[in-house]
Amino acid sequence: MKKIMICGLLLILSVGLVMAGTTITIKGSDTLVRLGQRWAEEYMKHNPDVVIQISGGGSGTGIAALLNGTTDICEASRDMKDKEYKLAEEKGIKPYRVSVALDGIAVFFNEANPVKELSFAQLKGIYTGAIMNWKEVGGEDARIILYGRENNSGTYAFFKKKVLNKEDYNEYTQTLPGTAAVVNAVSKDKNGIGYGGIAWAKGVKFAAVRKADADPAVLPSVETVSNGTYPISRELYWFFNGKPTGELKKLVNWTLSEEGQEIAKKIDYVPLSKEGALANTVK
Amino acid sequence: MTISAPTKTENATVTASKLVFKPKSRGYFPKGLCLLASLLIIIILAVVLVNIAIGGAGMITWDFLSSPPENGMESGGIFPAIFGTVALVILMTVAVIPVGVFTAIYLQEYTRPDAWLTRLIRLAVNNLAAVPSIVFGLFGLGFFIGFIGGGIDSIFYTSEGPVWGQPAIIWASLTLAILTLPVVIVSTEEALRTIPRELKEASYALGATRLQTIWRVILPQAMPGVLTGAILAISRGAGEVAPIMFTGAAYYLPYLPSALNDQFMELGYHIYVMATQSPDVEATKPILYGTVLVLLMLTFALNFVAILIRSRLRLRRTNA
Amino acid sequence: MNRLKFKSKSKVREFLGEKLIAINALAALVAIVLIFAFIFKEAIPIFTDQEIQQEASIAKMTFKQEFYEGRDPKWSWQPNSEVPKYSILPLMIGSLKAALVAMLFAIPLGIGAAIFSAEFASQRLREIIKPVIEMLAGIPSVVLGFFALIVLATVLQNMFGFLFRLNAVTAGVALGLAVIPIIFTVAEDAMTSVPSSLRDAGLALGANHWQVSLTVVLPAALPGSAAGVVLGFGRAMGETMIVLMASGNAAIISSSLTDSMRTISASIAAELAEVVFGSAHYSVLFYLGTLLFVFTFLINLGGELAVTRMKQRLQGKLS
Repeated sequence: MKKIMICGLLLILSVGLVMAGTTITIKGSDTLVRLGQRWAEEYMKHNPDVVIQISGGGSGTGIAALLNGTTDICEASRDMKDKEYKLAEEKGIKPYRVSVALDGIAVFFNEANPVKELSFAQLKGIYTGAIMNWKEVGGEDARIILYGRENNSGTYAFFKKKVLNKEDYNEYTQTLPGTAAVVNAVSKDKNGIGYGGIAWAKGVKFAAVRKADADPAVLPSVETVSNGTYPISRELYWFFNGKPTGELKKLVNWTLSEEGQEIAKKIDYVPLSKEGALANTVK
Repeated sequence: MTISAPTKTENATVTASKLVFKPKSRGYFPKGLCLLASLLIIIILAVVLVNIAIGGAGMITWDFLSSPPENGMESGGIFPAIFGTVALVILMTVAVIPVGVFTAIYLQEYTRPDAWLTRLIRLAVNNLAAVPSIVFGLFGLGFFIGFIGGGIDSIFYTSEGPVWGQPAIIWASLTLAILTLPVVIVSTEEALRTIPRELKEASYALGATRLQTIWRVILPQAMPGVLTGAILAISRGAGEVAPIMFTGAAYYLPYLPSALNDQFMELGYHIYVMATQSPDVEATKPILYGTVLVLLMLTFALNFVAILIRSRLRLRRTNA
Repeated sequence: MNRLKFKSKSKVREFLGEKLIAINALAALVAIVLIFAFIFKEAIPIFTDQEIQQEASIAKMTFKQEFYEGRDPKWSWQPNSEVPKYSILPLMIGSLKAALVAMLFAIPLGIGAAIFSAEFASQRLREIIKPVIEMLAGIPSVVLGFFALIVLATVLQNMFGFLFRLNAVTAGVALGLAVIPIIFTVAEDAMTSVPSSLRDAGLALGANHWQVSLTVVLPAALPGSAAGVVLGFGRAMGETMIVLMASGNAAIISSSLTDSMRTISASIAAELAEVVFGSAHYSVLFYLGTLLFVFTFLINLGGELAVTRMKQRLQGKLS
């Protein structure tokens, strides 16, 4: 027994010695984690001596990790808050921001829901609890069941800022730990409504969204997000501690290259415009 | 039951009024209720297991067990999670067994059961077993990562970023070691109690000291109990998620953990992540079911082995 | 026989060995103390740090707050708001609701099965029930959470037409499955430890086997069964993965069991990863952890005391 244990321990320790090469840690946004993972897979194919480890958990998680010094790259679906910038300064961290892709936040319903479009005002009413029934926005007479993200998510914060004007979400919002969970819940709930990155939504119906009541309602898609007509869109960021150099610089510039952006497009993320990508490249 | 109640006496007059029994009733009703409760539990367990078995059985192939997740977890296997789980519980076992076994020896061989220190330790062991697992997670973060890991960093690695003061497999396994400590202690104690006094007395009579007796006579005899404890601890540790969420488990890693301060993937955490955060829940469902089945088979197999060893141990006690 | 000849070793070695064992034996005790110390340590800023107290003081976490001028004061858990709100009450209600459903589900089944196993079952039946309970206990809570989220929630919603798919009932039932083994084990142990002399006395007084069970054995084992229930309740309050996955995690003050809810433990699990070390939110989560620890500690202490005293009393009657 004891011998087995010692052998096991030695095995683990000895493998450690064989390990070499660069390790890059990426942490943060769940919206970005899928893209980050694909980028990592591809990049490691090209550069076998580089190891990239990725974890999600939300933009807040990534930013916290950057501030705590536990990650090389923080993926975030929102900019850092003033409070976080201040904290970074206190901790001697110099956040360097690169936008690596675009994302549209889609609002989605169950496929059985007859409602097609919503305005910002209606969305705000729904998510703050002023509008409780689908009847009020042209649907059937049924209670609206709210689904949203956990409060560490960038999507949560972005939607709140952009659509709710910083008001709090209604307390009846069921908060789920990932966009996929939200999509899944709405796909099973006839009266559900949810929001999340357009790259995720499968098996649910997108809402066309209008900003002001007079604006045309626009459905989210790669095109409408990249040309800016879809109103709930945002940049997705990578944060570094200081301007990236060496392997980190190589990695971020590769993601901004045509090859990297093509990968993003292939898995339903919205690529940056060519000029945008070029402008973001780290010199 | 050999004694049957006399049914002839119509009014069994007993002084205590509570103990006047109506002899006619056969008690089918309470018996039936209790039987129903037992049956319900069995049925519920069966439903859960059958559901998981049916959902996951088709997934279990060699490929699934031996390849890493691909394509944002929508395809590929779970090998890194299996490897991480195994590495995690090995480290945990290495840490928990000596401490647990020595504690049990102390409680059984060194002190009288009513000594205040013994009672205090027993109290601590029992309470440790009841601490919520999420609290262990908080503790691991605050103590191992913040205090120990951060402390090591501030002494030896001042120039670099965190080396030890971050989530890592060593901290996760030590957290689990504390969580499973009561399991090992209780199981070892049970084994120690089955050792016949005569063996110890013979050892002392041959001139052995107490330490020698423990090392050469008691410990070998208690080995099955220690083994049971280790297996139960592994089975428990392999299934816990809350304590490792903040102390070392990772969403996705392209490589296997190879150093003590690496992060790792783990089956239970992988299930949680796939059920709530995978890109496409419906697409990952078969993989999810497969992973659940693997984890369940792992813990059940371990439990089964532990039960076997324990029942043989009990046999020894009754034979002795 | 050769192996059992002992060389007389040095006194020093003997001494050191014994001390090593004694020190090791303190591990569990030290662990308990360290757990409390280190969790509470991170929560201390709530009591001392002025800046953090402005966001989250004990009073702000406990009482109704007027978060916005002119609006009604209320309890609210919205840590990532413009005005962070850290009322613990909604979470407390969530934890209690889930535990309540779990107990309503687990007590009849757990106690019923314990009575059956201890009193009525034949040896063969007992050999089925016990492994079943051990298997149930062996299911990792993340698997129960998974089952509740994917299967149970849909089944229950279709059966009862719940407005919210994930709610206190769904989470509570899954939680109940985790609690049944605890109630069963403690209760069954209490019943089998009732001395046979008590039974025999009952039988001699003319009672049926089942009458003895209900009027003699069960009352004698009541404190033990109660302890099982109390310990199960402690587990239900502290369990994390099941409620995290199956409760909907909406921090609502409501008495309805079919509303979604958020527990203390799930809040820690969901939010801890995000917080910046040393922020108010961080301290609040550790404070929640401290509450959870103290609560389960006291519950466990109480349960344990009840069992010990019951056994002592029964043995006292024996002699």
